[in-house]
Amino acid sequence: MEQPISRTCLYYSHVTLGAKMEPFAGFSMPIQYQGIIEEHQAVRTAAGMFDVSHMGEILVSGPDAEKYVNYLFTNDVTDMPEGKVLYGMMLHPDGGVVDDLLVYRLFGGKGFLLVVNAANIAKDAAWACSLAEKYDVTVENMSEDWGEVALQGPEAERIMLEVLGLDMKELVFYTFTEARWKGYRLTVSRTGYTGEDGFELYGSPEAVCHIWKALLDAGVQPCGLGCRDTLRFEAGLPLYGHELSDTISPVEAGLGMFVKADKGDFCGRDAVARQKAEGVSRKVIGIELSDKAIPRAGYPVFAGGEQIGHVTTGYRSISTGKSICMALVSAGYAALGTSLEVEIHRKRISGTVCKKRFYRTSYKKIASGFKR
Amino acid sequence: MSKTIEGLYYSQSHEWVKVEGNTAFVGITDYAQSALGSVVYVDMPQEDDHVDAEMEFGAVESVKAASDLVSPVSGTVVEVNSGLEDSPSLLNEKPYETWIIKVEMSDPSQLDNLMDAKAYSEYCESL
Repeated sequence: MEQPISRTCLYYSHVTLGAKMEPFAGFSMPIQYQGIIEEHQAVRTAAGMFDVSHMGEILVSGPDAEKYVNYLFTNDVTDMPEGKVLYGMMLHPDGGVVDDLLVYRLFGGKGFLLVVNAANIAKDAAWACSLAEKYDVTVENMSEDWGEVALQGPEAERIMLEVLGLDMKELVFYTFTEARWKGYRLTVSRTGYTGEDGFELYGSPEAVCHIWKALLDAGVQPCGLGCRDTLRFEAGLPLYGHELSDTISPVEAGLGMFVKADKGDFCGRDAVARQKAEGVSRKVIGIELSDKAIPRAGYPVFAGGEQIGHVTTGYRSISTGKSICMALVSAGYAALGTSLEVEIHRKRISGTVCKKRFYRTSYKKIASGFKR
Repeated sequence: MSKTIEGLYYSQSHEWVKVEGNTAFVGITDYAQSALGSVVYVDMPQEDDHVDAEMEFGAVESVKAASDLVSPVSGTVVEVNSGLEDSPSLLNEKPYETWIIKVEMSDPSQLDNLMDAKAYSEYCESL
């Protein structure tokens, strides 16, 4: 069914800036402003900002909130302190992924904030509600009331201080704080989807518009979804629908560390516990090609003349210039150094299995009392 | 609005053709390069390959996507622009000065199926 196209609170700013707009997950979103390459480099070398207001926010509160989130979510929230963020997934009983998400443990015992993919908001909200029946919790889909801006890059911390007056020096990777800016209440986490240091700022649409304008006036590069994808890809981060999906489990995707199979029961546990114990038949791997031809999602991967999988995401890396991809292949071909071929425009291009993290990430993981 | 050059032939798939004698130089239009964004790779045929009118002969690729190149004429590739291997962005910078392949035409009457600059401009505006 064709859904009506939504606009984020920053739509008119994007249009005014001359962004190339395209439909994405039911929203009209900016793909690029100046160009994907310039925007990608800005984030790697200085800073860039993204309108990610299309992301979904689901609030969970009530006496059973912790028990419920632990059943819904693959990571362990049992000893999670307030102010901490965890990455993980919601699973189908067969281990397929409903969505991957961030879980924030809110201050003041207010429960949890789940931040989910825009494309999956309706599915996730329905899923979360269906699992809530046995718990004394309230599940609220706040997606339309919240905006979000991501400020990413090595200069992000300085810009937060100098432009917004928010001192984030002490904020550790994967934690968040509640801040006030010009009377607006903001939730600011040291998280992102680029492989760089940076922040994600949540607030009312009005607050987000003012923050965006302040950052724009200070000369921060606006960045579109085009480079959001090239950046996350180089950092080896999965995108739902490509490296994770209803039919690709986190163990197959190499993300088993975010699945705490021994924490107690959760939806999908039996399936992923078995996969962890017995191994999986398919794995998501990295491939570096010997040629300049560019592998794209869906292109077939071969070994010894036989198709053994397909590309899930591929690019000519903007940071390294190499043609690289992530691919879902038979587990027997997943070892580092294995020779494979990717079919590109009817030609078989040789490549080698490599690590999925194609680019060295630079997160700010300050040693502290926090435990994962 | 995108630029066109008088005297060239244009296809609906946004290639241009410049004719010298029986040789056709084939490139992509300003409209095409602008729609694609920064070109990072050009997949080209080899010399002596045969190309057919309205058939795919390669691809131009931006960061995000691959877009087929469709030959406006049939014939034999007599030269490919090897400069594009190292500088694919020439297609963005100088679309009408940067040919991709040179084709010895087998049927020059196929040029009659293509548009002139004025018709192509109107076609682009209608998209």
